[in-house]
Amino acid sequence: MPTVSRDEVAHLAHLARLAVTEEELDLFAGQLEVILTSVARISAVAAEDIPPTSHAVGLTDVFRADVPRPGLTQQQALSGAFAAEDGRFRVPRILDES
Amino acid sequence: MTTELTRLSAAEVAGLIHAREITAIEVAQAHLDRITAVDPALHAFLHLDAEVALAAAAAVDDGLRRGDPPASALAGVPLALKDVFTTVDMPTTCGSRILQGWRPPYDATVTRRLREAGVVILGKTNMDEFAMGSSTENSAYGPTHNPWDLDRVPGGSGGGSAAAVAAFEVPLAIGTDTGGSIRQPSALTGTVGVKPTYGGVSRYGLVAFSSSLDQGGPVARTVLDAALLHEVIGGYDALDSTSIDAPVPPVVQAARVGATGDVAGVRVGVVSQFRGEGYQPGVLRAFDVAVSRLRELGAHVLEVSCPSFDHALPAYYLIAPSECSSNLARFDGMRYGLRVGDDGSRSAQEVMSLTRAAGFGAEVKRRVMLGTYALSAGYYDAYYGQAQKVRTLIIRDFAAAFERVDVLVSPTTPTTAFCIGERVDDPLAMYLSDLCTIPVNLAGNAALSVPAGLSDDDGLPVGLQVMAPALADDRAYRVAAAYEAARNAADGGPLAHRVPDLNAEMVAR
Repeated sequence: MPTVSRDEVAHLAHLARLAVTEEELDLFAGQLEVILTSVARISAVAAEDIPPTSHAVGLTDVFRADVPRPGLTQQQALSGAFAAEDGRFRVPRILDES
Repeated sequence: MTTELTRLSAAEVAGLIHAREITAIEVAQAHLDRITAVDPALHAFLHLDAEVALAAAAAVDDGLRRGDPPASALAGVPLALKDVFTTVDMPTTCGSRILQGWRPPYDATVTRRLREAGVVILGKTNMDEFAMGSSTENSAYGPTHNPWDLDRVPGGSGGGSAAAVAAFEVPLAIGTDTGGSIRQPSALTGTVGVKPTYGGVSRYGLVAFSSSLDQGGPVARTVLDAALLHEVIGGYDALDSTSIDAPVPPVVQAARVGATGDVAGVRVGVVSQFRGEGYQPGVLRAFDVAVSRLRELGAHVLEVSCPSFDHALPAYYLIAPSECSSNLARFDGMRYGLRVGDDGSRSAQEVMSLTRAAGFGAEVKRRVMLGTYALSAGYYDAYYGQAQKVRTLIIRDFAAAFERVDVLVSPTTPTTAFCIGERVDDPLAMYLSDLCTIPVNLAGNAALSVPAGLSDDDGLPVGLQVMAPALADDRAYRVAAAYEAARNAADGGPLAHRVPDLNAEMVAR
């Protein structure tokens, strides 16, 4: 039966880029454990020789004609930007990250 | 007159518009008036745009006045669009704080096809955040109320679309169904909701939750109206690489044939897994009456066992969160949407984490973390890998069943509409709402929910689910239309018309 500790929730939250409060660590640890316990019974389904299905419709390698078509204009692409500068997205610094 | 207009079916209202007995503008205005009157009690809409709607209606009227043929069978008919499809002229929020006020720079293919068909989009409907939920309570903008009982949920995630149609705010709406988000709300509101075959309706511009499961589809008050809308939005789209390059199944024809009561010789399988513990007795009784009605119409009814369906719910709650954790990585506060904490001192990663913490609600966070867990090294084979194998087993169960029968039937949901707040702190109880609808999403075939009367223990709507093989959507329509006609005849009219008078309800409160 899977157990989920506060530290594990903190680790998952970090991987998923979610800032969590101390309160949320407790709440999510409990809830994730309940959900995981419920879904874990799936590992008992004997299916050694069963191929996995990643997709409901068995489409592979869908090609289209190599014809250019218009994409978004620079103005359209920037239309939802929180901050733009010189026709580009302005973002916080990306160096010196932990 | 305007009240009467909102009571008509989409097919009826289109007939009057195309015969120029009424104008599309009058129709749009009647529905806008209805929304103004009752939506304060329902909260089905997140955004309403009378100006855009009336301009679209005027364009339809102008064309007809010039003598042009209508752009489609539904030209001039008002529709509500789930707020998960992009629209250039209306915000697209997905029920999330992180996209509050976002104006997409492009239209979804479904949006474009509706516009080209002359369908009049009145606004965008409320939903569980990013379509994750079964009650619409996970919307960042507050819950939608069920018109049959304002204290109850309309289901989810497409509760706004279902409630809007049930309350006569619109004759048509669009939903999306990843684990039941069209069919379950339809069952809970006494409307018709269809999940087409995966790939039957383009996902281009549908904000992705779980890409291998998501599918847009119609919501209506009659089976024929749903079929007419299905034909408008369905079909191949080069912009969606999972779109099926094949003609739309003949759903309108099937709905018309079905309405004549013609299901003689159709083999109907009752899924034996979908009853027992956890099923409301009144729901099962209504379902059994529906099955007897199909038998009276000449269908051959037999029981069919699909043992792998018992594993569908856990498989779904591994696959959908896994895909969602990947899909929702795009909401990083960098290019569009909310940004929090960008004070010049914090790094992009810190801003990202703060933005997502502030922008996502609890259910989205739970699923993102669950998916992150299931995809982690060391757990992948036991969880995600195993869920994908179960998916194969479910597909095999369907294939074996469809060797013996033409369609499968079950209750759409184990219970009728529950009270607002009842399951909100218990994720597992909420997930059980989708017990009967999830296998179809995992296998990718078609299914719909059609009203099956009221549960005799609480007087709330029950849905009959009809499941068909992939690309045989028309079979489900034929059976549902025959059942609908027989039920209406026996009951003295459509179930949808028995919804309580909302004006009176509002005054009473």
